[in-house]
This record gives sequence, C-alpha cells and structure tokens, in this order.
Amino acid sequence: MYDVLIVGGGAVGCAVARELSRYQLNMCLVERGEDVCVGTSKANSAIVHAGFDAAPGTLKARFNVEGSEMMEGLSRELDFDYRRNGALVLCFDEADMPRLRELHQRGKKNHVQGLEILWGDALRKKEPALSDKVYAALYAPTSAIVCPFGMTIAFYENARKNGCRFQFDTAVERIERTGDHFTVHTSRGDMAAKVVVSCAGVHGDTLHNQLCHKQYHTVPRRGEYCLLDKKDGKIVDRTIFQLPSAMGKGILVSPTVHGNLLLGPTATDQEDRDSVATSAAGLDTVLSTAGRSVPNLPVRDVITSFAGLRAHLAETDDFVIGESAENFFEALGIESPGLTSAPAIGRHLAKAVAEKLRAAEKADFDPTRRDIPHLREMTFEKRAALVAENPAYGNVICRCEGISEGEIVEAIHRGARSLDGVKRRCRAGMGRCQGGFCSPKVMALLCRELGVPMEALTKSGGGSYLVQGKTKEAQA
Amino acid sequence: MKKVQLAIVGGGPAGLAAAIAAREAGLQDILIIERGEALGGILGQCIHAGFGLHTFGQELTGPEYAQRFIDRVEDMKIPYLLGTMVLDINENKVLTVTGRETGLIQIQAEAIVLAMGCRERPRGALNIPGTRPAGIYSAGTAQRLVNLEGYLPGRDVVILGSGDIGLIMARRMTLEGAKVHAVAEVMPYSGGLKRNIVQCLDDFNIPLLLSTTVVDIQGQGHIESVTLAKVDGRRKPIPGTEQVIPCDTLLLSVGLLPENELSLSAGVALDGVTGGPVVGDDLSTSLPGVFACGNVLHVHDLVDFVSEEAGRAGRSAAEYVLHRRSAGRTVALRGKNGVRYTVPQHIDADAMADTVTVRFRVGQPYRGAALCAWAGDKLLRRIPKRILTPGEMESFPIRKADIPADCDTITFTVEEAAQ
Repeated sequence: MYDVLIVGGGAVGCAVARELSRYQLNMCLVERGEDVCVGTSKANSAIVHAGFDAAPGTLKARFNVEGSEMMEGLSRELDFDYRRNGALVLCFDEADMPRLRELHQRGKKNHVQGLEILWGDALRKKEPALSDKVYAALYAPTSAIVCPFGMTIAFYENARKNGCRFQFDTAVERIERTGDHFTVHTSRGDMAAKVVVSCAGVHGDTLHNQLCHKQYHTVPRRGEYCLLDKKDGKIVDRTIFQLPSAMGKGILVSPTVHGNLLLGPTATDQEDRDSVATSAAGLDTVLSTAGRSVPNLPVRDVITSFAGLRAHLAETDDFVIGESAENFFEALGIESPGLTSAPAIGRHLAKAVAEKLRAAEKADFDPTRRDIPHLREMTFEKRAALVAENPAYGNVICRCEGISEGEIVEAIHRGARSLDGVKRRCRAGMGRCQGGFCSPKVMALLCRELGVPMEALTKSGGGSYLVQGKTKEAQA
Repeated sequence: MKKVQLAIVGGGPAGLAAAIAAREAGLQDILIIERGEALGGILGQCIHAGFGLHTFGQELTGPEYAQRFIDRVEDMKIPYLLGTMVLDINENKVLTVTGRETGLIQIQAEAIVLAMGCRERPRGALNIPGTRPAGIYSAGTAQRLVNLEGYLPGRDVVILGSGDIGLIMARRMTLEGAKVHAVAEVMPYSGGLKRNIVQCLDDFNIPLLLSTTVVDIQGQGHIESVTLAKVDGRRKPIPGTEQVIPCDTLLLSVGLLPENELSLSAGVALDGVTGGPVVGDDLSTSLPGVFACGNVLHVHDLVDFVSEEAGRAGRSAAEYVLHRRSAGRTVALRGKNGVRYTVPQHIDADAMADTVTVRFRVGQPYRGAALCAWAGDKLLRRIPKRILTPGEMESFPIRKADIPADCDTITFTVEEAAQ
C-alpha cells in the first residue's frame, strides 16, 4: 500500500511528486502515457505569466503570482531553461483603453511588480517589429518564458532521485474507497493508497465525480500553435499579447527559451479529450491574428504546428485545488496560468498531504538536479574538454539543433524510450528539419541503448510504431 | 590552430568533384569534412539507376556514381574526415569542427568550398492540419530507412508532392511490397522529371493526382488515414472534393531547401529565390575565398550538373589560393518573365571563361517557347525549347565574346509561343 498515489505526470503531478518527495512517504505517480509531460504540459504557450490577468482573490491569481515568484529560483535549483523576457499586452484602439487600464489595476491588486502603460516611441523602441496600429500597451517586466518539458522533466527526475516511484502506461479507470484507503483500478491492475492526489488534466473531472458530491465537467479547450525557425526568434524579445477575451489570453507572439518564435493559441471548445488535431481554420487564425501584433511574420518559416488542450471547467473560471473529499486531493481545471502555477500548486498540495499524513521531512532530501549538458551553449574550451573526455559528445547526430550522441544517450539513460521522449529531453529532432535527418540515427541509438529491435520503437509510446518490419519480411 | 589551404565542407557529390578539380588545378593541401560515416552524401541511399548519363554516358546507381568520385579522391590521396561536422564558419574563414576522432577543433582555411547540400521541407512548412501521429516521413528519411537500414515504414502509402524523391520512393515502396495508393501534387503539373513520372508511377499504375493536396491527417498514435482534396487555381482546397484514403504511411516530397546555416554564420550573402549564396561565374560568394556548389547553391535536378558545377568551384578555389585572378567588369544576371532566378547571379566579363553556363528554372510549364538572353533591348541569344518545366533545370551558355562592352546586366526571359 502506498501512502500517496499521484495520478498524472504532467507539470502539476510532477511538481506535487517533487515537493512530496521531501517527506518520508511511500509514494508512486501513475501516468497513462509512456513518459511524463505528454499531455497539456507539452503543448502550451510556455509562458510564466506575470499574474495581471487573473481576477483578484481567485486561486488562479494566488498560484500564478506565487508560481511566477518561485520559477527563477527553481530553474537554478533544478537546471531548466527559463528567461525573464517581459511581456506587452497590446491595445489597438483608444476605445479599448479602459480594458487595458483595468488589466493594469488588476495586476496591481494581484501584487504584480513593475507594471506600466507604454505609448508610441517608448513602445516601439522596446519592440520595433510591432504593428504601427498599436495604440498603447501594458508592460509587465516580470513575465517570463520557460521550457515546459524541461521544467516537468526536472521535477520528475528530482522526485525520482528522492524516492518517488513512477509507473507509466498506466491509466486510472476508477477510484474506490475501500475502508480506510483507496483501491485504484488501473489499466495495469489495482493499486492501494491511503491518499490520492489527482492531477489528471482534462480527465480530472472523471476521477473527481467518482468521489465527490459536487460534480464538475471538463470542456477541453483546444489551442493551436505554429512554431517558427530559430532565425526568427529575435523578431520580438518580449512576449506580445493582445487584450484578453472571455476565451483566454488570445494569440501571442513570443520567443521561446530555445530561440524559436511561437505563435498561438486559438481557443476552441471540444468534447474529445484525446484529439489534439490542428485545423486549417485554426492555423489560419493563428497566423492572421499574430500578424495583427507583428506584421510581415515570415510564415514560410513555420517548422511545425501543434495543438494542446486546456482543462477548462464548465462550472467555474477558477482552479479547484485542495482536499475535495476525505484523503482525496486534487488540482482540477488547471488551464492557463497552469504552467506558471504548477510549482506553487505542487508546494501547496504536498504540504497539505504531508500534514494530513503527519509525515516527517527526510534528512537526506536533495533539492538539486542537473540537466543533460547543453553542448551548443558551452564555451569552446569547456565543450572541447567534454568531448575529449567522452568522444560521443563530439559526434553530432541532430544537425539542426547541434545535438550530440552523448546528449542523446544521456537522455535515454534518464528515461527516454521514444523519439519524442528523446526530443523533449535534449531537442534532437526539434529543429528546422523536424527530425528528417536524425530520426533514423536516434532510432539506432534507442535500439542500442535499450536493447530493443527497431520494430519495437515508437514515436510517442502506445501504437505509434515507427516501422512495420524489415523490408524483406514485411511483404504479406 | 590547424591550417589548410582549402577546406571543403561536405563529402557528397559536390564536395568530391570540387576536391578532385582543385587537386587537378595544382592545389595540394585540401581537406574534405564530411558529417556522415561515408563519402558520397545522399547518393549512398539513392540505389536506383539514372545517374551519370551526362558525365559518363552510362546509367549508374547513386552509390556507383559516387564511387567513381570516391575512387579518384582515394587515388589522389586527398585527405578527408568522416563523422565530422562543421559547427561554425566565421568571416576569417576559421572553421569550428567536431567529431569523435578530431574532438572539438578549429581549422584556419585559406579558401572554403561550401558543399553542404540541402534538406527536405518538413510538414510544418506546409502547415498541413490534423494530428501528429507516427508514420509521417519526409521521402528522403523513408528512403534511408528502406534502402540503408532495411526497414519498411508501412504498407499502405500516400505520397504528398511529386518531387523526384517522392516519385522514386513511390516505386521503391511498391517494389518492397507496399501499396502506394496515390501521389498527390498541389500544382497542376509535377515538380519532378518526366522520366521519373513514367518510370516510377505510370509503369506501376500509381495514380498521380494533380491539383490535389492533403487537407487533414487522422490517427492518434499511428496515422490511420489522410483526407485529400482538389485545389483551385489559388491552391485553396475546394469544398466537396474531399476523399479519405486509409493509409499507415504518409511520405512528404514537398521541396528541398539549400542548407545554408553555415554560410549565414560566415556572413555569406544569400539569394532570396534560390536560398543559396549569391555567386559569380567562378562560383565565388560575397566572402572572398569562399565558393559554393551543388544543392547548397541551388537545388539541382541531375547530379551530373552538380559534378560539373562543383568542378568549376574547385578550380576557382585552387586559383584563388595559387594566383588570384584580377577583378574586371561585373555584369549582373537576372531572370524575368518566367525565369525565376539565375546561377551565377553575376559574371566578370573580363576574367570569365570563354563560355559560362548559366542555370535557372522556369516558374511554370511552357510548350514551344524559347529562352532568351538580353543586354538591354539587344537579343544576345535565343534558344528554342519544345518543353520547359519547373522540374527541370535549364542550362544557358553565355559566350564572353557576345557580351557588349557597355552592358551591365544580362536578362534571361521565356518567350512564349504565339497563341
């Protein structure tokens, strides 16, 4: 029997796991995917929001501001990519100024530091690529960008180092209260736990409704994005928003921590909880709306497009966080600013669970974790020394991102089992050719390091097999 | 720092031919830097025949064609590095190089030949909507998996794009036992060579669907089907023409892009149309001592032309090191009225060879047209052409003797047949 079973290996689940691994608890995280960070956490705007958008007094406002304050320190402690680049919210029309001012006031109430409204030359000096139709903008210097995979994987690796178990390819089907504990029915058998922490993203309502009186319904809200080549990553330096609407923060233009340019998201409600298909209309909307903020975007340089689902709740505009039923803790309805809030939600829930179980802190908790070395960011001398020590770091496999065999092998040894798992850990295949050249080479490394045949390799777990067999055998 | 007279970036067909020509021109100190595990570049996976008709008067496979050049390089004892990648070239012609054997080192070159080739345009560049499942490959990636690794990506195949690699892969997948349901092409004509359409599609009864594109991709983990639709004259899908084709593989052959990230790092000026460096008749780029050839310069249709062009670049690089030519009068070359670009983009009317071959592609198919070269309103030369198509590269020889003394620009045009 586990003391704690965490359901869901996204940003929030992994943050909970990492914070709970401070305590003397027997715990396990189950994830339906083949890896951590395969749902909402992998397909979002990758923004650490300053916190001016959420209504004062809401959980969104509280955890947003707390998470934003924690992020920089965490990025150093756990070694993931983070940059405080600031954000601008654009207003195109004098008539909309009351809404911009309201946002400014809201930010002040939420204790967001450094907000100011910028006009004309001051604005264009900061971001020369902005449309000349921009009337004014709210500047939020504390807004930042983060690598969502980097952050989630860092939580995962650190939690694992501190004793948390992780079980993948395990979907929770039903949670049942059995006497003083829970029996959790999964696709891979039953598990028993004293406390369950549900961080199940768009599936959170299903688990909640099995155990709680008040019922919720998740409405997956699809957001589509386009990612541009690194040569366009400096078109803007700050994250450029437009005035938000009821459906969300609107379509942004932002550099990513790795130097690409990200456009999106749209906001379309759907019933399907699995489909992250993009649509022609959605991608058109992304490009045309982004073009209002920054004209003449080089849309020919799009290297990939993708969609993610936000776990929006029909009943409330806020997060639902806490002990919703006896010993059943949850983070429900974690839509934007969920990524920003994840560390703070993790800290909050872990503390609540530990108090409930009267768990003592471990003496030997190690809060640090180092990322796979980023060779492309090293000085010549440091890189040369590393290559001299291990020649695999000299062998470049992914030419677009400059990722070496050594980095890919390290990613596999840390838990990558698929092409996407490698990609999220070290960026091999994430560049402008989108794995055209390196996929077969990464596949060979996966086979070598994992000792599995090519036929067993997948793009992203499940049935996503990469080849159907050997050429001479495959003929039916 | 290691020093070399001529560094050649890339050991594919362009790099090999450049190295051989530079050595024949008398240059001793040459180094070929190849990122792959063998010389020959992409030819190693092009196991079909059709290479070398112009160069050797014979139909060779890709590996056979490459081997002829590799043998020459070996005979001439031209040094090369394998599994070694150039990470950066700076404006002083210092190359930063990494490899298992070399470690991370810097090399100072007197001259550089850029011969990095090209890459395939990915799905994202077309912004094809739908899911992102396994089973979608660019045609060249699938070619490597099938021909070099010996694995079949799938058995029910749809191919988007009728570029040459897509056509070749339609035949290859069929020969390996897969069923190719269709090759869809968004344009009203194929982007590939006529002979490939005949030999790879027609001979195997594979339908070529013109003015058709993929408008949706279905399947969560693995691809299950694609939706094809006809497109109108502006390449917009026509509602009501959609058809769903079940498949387990979608191959993309939707264009090649010269791979010039290193050229950019060195500060070499690029041409917006070709995506390759702007070069003169000696294939010199805007950075003195740096030359370019092959698919990094502009995407070729036949490797024979790559070899010929690379020979010119290799000779020019050798000349640059051994005895620099004195600069003369620059004449700009440009394409108009159907001629999309020219390579070279300019020639030196004094220093040029007696004849320089200018290469370009046309923007659409023409029948019974002619290619013309103009100096102002003076027609320098007119070459009648029965058929012109964007899939085939045109070669237009310009004679030094024909260039008027007062000419600063030569314009190439398509003269359409009278209606």
